[in-house]
Amino acid sequence: MVRTSIPIQPVHSKTAAFEYLTTKKDELVGWARKFSLFPYPFVTACCAMEFMAVSSSPYDTDRFGAALPRFSPRQADLLMVVGTVTHKQAPVLYKVYEQMCEPKWVMAFGVCATSGGFYQNYAAVQGIDKIIPVDVYVPGCPPRPETVIDGIMQLQDKIARSRHPIVTKDF
Amino acid sequence: MGALLGPVQQRLSPPDYAVALQHGTLVVQLPSARLLDAVGVLKNEFHFDLFLDVTAVDWLPKQPRFEMVYHFYSTQHFTRVRLKTALNESDPTIDSLLSLYGSAAFMERECHDMYGIGFRGNPDLRPILLYEGFVGHPLRKDYPKHQEQPLVPYRK
Repeated sequence: MVRTSIPIQPVHSKTAAFEYLTTKKDELVGWARKFSLFPYPFVTACCAMEFMAVSSSPYDTDRFGAALPRFSPRQADLLMVVGTVTHKQAPVLYKVYEQMCEPKWVMAFGVCATSGGFYQNYAAVQGIDKIIPVDVYVPGCPPRPETVIDGIMQLQDKIARSRHPIVTKDF
Repeated sequence: MGALLGPVQQRLSPPDYAVALQHGTLVVQLPSARLLDAVGVLKNEFHFDLFLDVTAVDWLPKQPRFEMVYHFYSTQHFTRVRLKTALNESDPTIDSLLSLYGSAAFMERECHDMYGIGFRGNPDLRPILLYEGFVGHPLRKDYPKHQEQPLVPYRK
């Protein structure tokens, strides 16, 4: 995997200020966006315990700029679906996803959100990707905090590498 | 535990009722038409004042297909009682206990959701755990195990 980075270096050895910077627009915007993930925790089940563990100070997701949960989908750009989603809940999840502004990303946290897990029955949605597009899957029942951090880093790489159109055809 | 066995046996006597002690719990087997009488006696004369649960068992392919199981607790005698009665597949309805216990309303709604048991006298049997439009009763043995009824259309 090729990591892209913004070379920010002072042009003069005497001062720390840099005076100009050459980069590509997509790289610059991607670099800014990957460090300002505002997660919306859509928490439905026991994975919430592990979500709390990974959000608290020992694992400190603030290092990745993804610490501050926004409890309004309008202010969030990362939808973390933490736990089992039932068919009765699916319209709610879909509405929350629709309410988020572009750009937005989705993380399936734990096996239930990823594939339905061991709930192979009439009640559970067999993976949230049947309803909404998913960017990164974090398996585990529940996932270790290290797994979640790896998922966040993979998502950051994905954001850094993707196109970031400023004006879209819908705009 | 068994202290109530004698008195209950005397009050609820054969041929309609069969009272026994199973694994330390008082168990009453009865025909479904006598349910309200029996529960009334247990509540008013033996102080079984707490309605714990109502559920059904699907014995497919045996006949009669359904078996209703009721549990009550007495806060005076600190003991439980279990009532069992059989229901036919052709007419799976039974009297509601709403007139005796207010808590019957929600528990009977759940049983109606999962097994399709009708409760005469319960005016509100809307889905409580399932959603409007769900076809069938998922805890019946003939409900296909993997059959889903999604509310949101799946992505292509």
